[in-house]
Amino acid sequence: MQFMLLFSRQGKLRLQKWYVPLSDKEKKKITRELVQTVLARKPKMCSFLEWRDMKIVYKRYASLYFCCAIENQDNELITLEIIHRYVELLDKYFGSVCELDIIFNFEKAYFILDEFLLGGEAQETSKKNVLKAIEQADLLQENIDFQMRLFAGAAWSSLWCQREADL
Amino acid sequence: MPAVSKGDGMRGLAVFISDIRNCKSKEAEIKRINKELANIRSKFKGDKALDGYSKKKYVCKLLFIFLLGHDIDFGHMEAVNLLSSNKYTEKQIGYLFISVLVNSNSELIRLINNAIKNDLSSRNPTFMCLALHCIANVGSREMAEAFASEIPRILVAGDTMDSVKQSAALCLLRLYKTSPDLVMMGEWTSRVVHLLNDQHMGVVTAAISLITCLSQKNPDEFKTCVSLAVSRLSRIVSSASTDLQDYTYYFVPAPWLSCKLLRLLQCYPPPEDGAVKGRLVECLETILNKAQEPPKSKKVQHSNAKNAILFEAISLIIHYDSEPNLLVRACNQLGQFLQHRETNLRYLALESMCTLASSEFSHEAVKTHIETVINALKTERDVSVRQRAADLLYAMCDRSNAKQIVAEMLSYLETADYSIREEMVLKVAILAEKYAVDYSWYVDTILNLIRIAGDYVSEEVWYRVIQIVINRDDVQGYAAKTVFEALQAPACHENMVKVGGYILGEFGNLIAGDPRSSPLVQFNLLHSKFHLCSVPTRALLLSAYIKFINLFPETKATIQEVLRCDSQIRNSDVELQQRAVEYLKLSSIASTDVLATVLEEMPPFPERESSILAKLKKKKGPGAVSVTELEDNKREGGELNGEGDRGPDPAAMASSNASTPSPSADLLGIRSAAPVGAAPTSVGSLLVDVFSEAGPAAPSAAVNDDGFLRDLEQPTETSDSLLVEGSGDSDSASPSEDPAPPLSEADELLNKFVCKNNGVLFENQLLQIGIKSEYRQNLGRMYLFYGNKTSVQFASFTTTVSCPGELQSQLNASDQTSGTTGRGWSPDPTGTQHRVLTDFSDAPLLNIKFRYGGALQNLTLKLPVTINKFFQPTEMTSHDFFQRWKQLSQPQQEAQKIFKANHSMDTEVLKAKLLGLGTALLDDVDPNSENYVCAGVIQTKGQQVGCLLRLEPNGQAQMYRLTLRCSKDSVSRRLCELLAEQF
Repeated sequence: MQFMLLFSRQGKLRLQKWYVPLSDKEKKKITRELVQTVLARKPKMCSFLEWRDMKIVYKRYASLYFCCAIENQDNELITLEIIHRYVELLDKYFGSVCELDIIFNFEKAYFILDEFLLGGEAQETSKKNVLKAIEQADLLQENIDFQMRLFAGAAWSSLWCQREADL
Repeated sequence: MPAVSKGDGMRGLAVFISDIRNCKSKEAEIKRINKELANIRSKFKGDKALDGYSKKKYVCKLLFIFLLGHDIDFGHMEAVNLLSSNKYTEKQIGYLFISVLVNSNSELIRLINNAIKNDLSSRNPTFMCLALHCIANVGSREMAEAFASEIPRILVAGDTMDSVKQSAALCLLRLYKTSPDLVMMGEWTSRVVHLLNDQHMGVVTAAISLITCLSQKNPDEFKTCVSLAVSRLSRIVSSASTDLQDYTYYFVPAPWLSCKLLRLLQCYPPPEDGAVKGRLVECLETILNKAQEPPKSKKVQHSNAKNAILFEAISLIIHYDSEPNLLVRACNQLGQFLQHRETNLRYLALESMCTLASSEFSHEAVKTHIETVINALKTERDVSVRQRAADLLYAMCDRSNAKQIVAEMLSYLETADYSIREEMVLKVAILAEKYAVDYSWYVDTILNLIRIAGDYVSEEVWYRVIQIVINRDDVQGYAAKTVFEALQAPACHENMVKVGGYILGEFGNLIAGDPRSSPLVQFNLLHSKFHLCSVPTRALLLSAYIKFINLFPETKATIQEVLRCDSQIRNSDVELQQRAVEYLKLSSIASTDVLATVLEEMPPFPERESSILAKLKKKKGPGAVSVTELEDNKREGGELNGEGDRGPDPAAMASSNASTPSPSADLLGIRSAAPVGAAPTSVGSLLVDVFSEAGPAAPSAAVNDDGFLRDLEQPTETSDSLLVEGSGDSDSASPSEDPAPPLSEADELLNKFVCKNNGVLFENQLLQIGIKSEYRQNLGRMYLFYGNKTSVQFASFTTTVSCPGELQSQLNASDQTSGTTGRGWSPDPTGTQHRVLTDFSDAPLLNIKFRYGGALQNLTLKLPVTINKFFQPTEMTSHDFFQRWKQLSQPQQEAQKIFKANHSMDTEVLKAKLLGLGTALLDDVDPNSENYVCAGVIQTKGQQVGCLLRLEPNGQAQMYRLTLRCSKDSVSRRLCELLAEQF
């Protein structure tokens, strides 16, 4: 896969993930042109199109378009299901995901994508395993926070004891 | 999911995002962003050290702003600081920022790599994964240099956690894709292959992408993967839908892994081991069988996953192309999909069937679906599906159905989308030629093509029809008749006029017996189109007219009349003017015999490969046309053209021009037709005649054109005859006055010749100086023709060529003769020879002295020898071009100029100029097709200077930006100066 874009019906880009090296200028140009092309397509049309020298696979979920550019020999149908699996992952994580979740927690959307796809290839297709990885990270965060508080408290109290002893 | 995941703080970020969302206008948004940027900047610069949380929050805001499409030029350092935080989310945000906003700042890269190194060696799997994700996301060369040897170790180490293995495999894949030279194969490779046996399906899924990519490049080292892949596939295919637990997707067991396994097998030929092969065939049969079973779920995900595997299996079957039974089954399965209600499946079935059509085993089976495919072409509502249908029709076409398919494609063309018309035209043209049994059908088809979609008929197509008509005498009469009828339409396409002009010029005599198409009627019909046509077409028509004079002497007076009128003979376009003058002269001075020889019917074209096919291949990439098809075409092409021999490119038919190299097609081919040594009609004299207005001059000193071109190295041998003696009388009468300083307009005159080699250098009331020059490597030779415009003889006519100042050491300019002229009208060429020693920027001076009516005339011109004349065009691919462009990145190697357009910005004109410059004009290099990119090497005696050029026109502003990069900085500057005057 060369890149994945999420954009709204109004053409606002919500997430972009590039797996090939391109300059910012090129990325912007591709995004602008591709969003236009995809938005111009009618609902019943096929989900695949040849665009420049890539194959584009896209699908609309509610107000969001998920759009992937794949290599010529890549499988279109399985890419369509990559999109669907990603939507499922977001849905499970946020609990009935909507566009706003992705806007306000864009960093999470990126983290989940990284657990699922890496370098443009599927890394882990099991829903359970991907969510476990994300969950673990969240728990880790909690633990560290907890430890930090404990540690900070301990340090403070020992200082306090010291002061008391001095007096 | 726990609330903590969404609410782990960063309230400020949420507030900022809602603020942005509430902005009513773009301006308000920018204002809000600028305010935030100022705030963040002051926080980062402030004295107070920020805590990790604030740093994370601000970095995240910057990231958000960047993702909105704004530029971010700070915050990288703070993000890098986050990498070494031991709080997971801070580290995570730091990595995310780095992945999205990499900066090639070397100091920063060092710090980032350090942080990654620490995390990789932390033995904390979550940290290791974060670091690996970052490497995979950035994938830069610097990272490859730092980690390409480390990652394989992590990947195959026994104690690595599964999740880390998965990340490491794909991380390595990314590095291998960006910097294959840095990833060394080694002892780890065999262990990687064995990951296909790993118990963890996730590890297999990740590893197989890496293995596939590596096997494509090193098939032998990885060939053990075939049997492993087959057994893995067999286990998945035969498993019940619940066996694989979470790797089952909508009742389909491991669809991603299955597809990837089938894909991997496509890197190899069918397994040699009978048992392995048997097992694989069994798998493929099971997959085909499953497609016939009733679906286990109504969900589209189920059928998509199942069919994804099916299509991949069919690809493998086609790749093997050795199991007739499977191929036919695949074809039948796809046939069912052709009428499926899912557009996606119809699309894929058409696409996949296209490749099936090229297999000898399934070609016939594919053909049985012709009616369905034609129907798809007519009724599909989605253009991309129609395009696939057209592709399939093209692929399934053979002698038995060619007429039907071509007819359908032609009728589709009338309503086809503009985006695919050109390709359709090429395809119809190829099919018509390939399967033409009777050539009247072929001619009809191509003329129809021009009628229906003239704008999309490229030069290759009409060149081709002419080549075929010329090479096959059984179709010439029919072609002349048909084209004559087609031209009678009130509005006909210019391409039709071109074909018409050429064919009637060659074969108009075959239909001249019919009073309805008598010579004069033919001529008037052609000439009625003349004024509506572009310059190249008019040039072609003029050639057709002179051919008419030969074919039909009775039209001579009428045509001479036309040629003589001001709009021809004084046309502002040099090419047209020259042709009109030359043809007029030719028709009035040459005897019928000479005329008949010069204007003889074109000889058959030597054949190589259809230029149309070449064009289609170029358009679609090499994979688009199958090998069998190419071979097919060669065979049929040979038969079609009657000639076995494969000579130079047929497109060369358009390039035999009388004198100046010009973009317009000359179909006469005077140069090759004229017998060598027939002085009165040789090229030299034609050129010379332009300069003498109405003289009887039959120049005795005609240039032997062949010798001129060939013998640069030993010029005296062939040029003796023309560079006659005469130095004697110039010596004696040489005025003793010093040469005059160069004329004020000398530079301007010089600039006219940057992109061309021949023409009139100078003209005043007395004298006209013509120039003809030829360059090869670091040698150049220039002929000067002096025309006396007065009725009196010039006395003491001398010319001297000199190199001022430092030019002496840069350029050897030797004056071959000092040709003098005192003989009234007859012009006398002088030769000068140049040898470039190194690059130069000044031009040699030509001083001319003579007496006219007693007064000494003394004028000095600059000879148009410019550095670009010594260019050798260099063709290169886009990749090479950019690599070299990068290599020439020192600031002084680049010269750039932005300037206003002084001349027409027309594409063809620009292209002609750039070609005239001597460089190779490279297509498909610049991502913006409006721009021009050229490459060439300047040959000097001592060294070669590589030059790359980019010209970016801005039609709206009528401006250009010109950028040059040369391996020598003085050359960049000089070329930039020279060229800025040309456009």
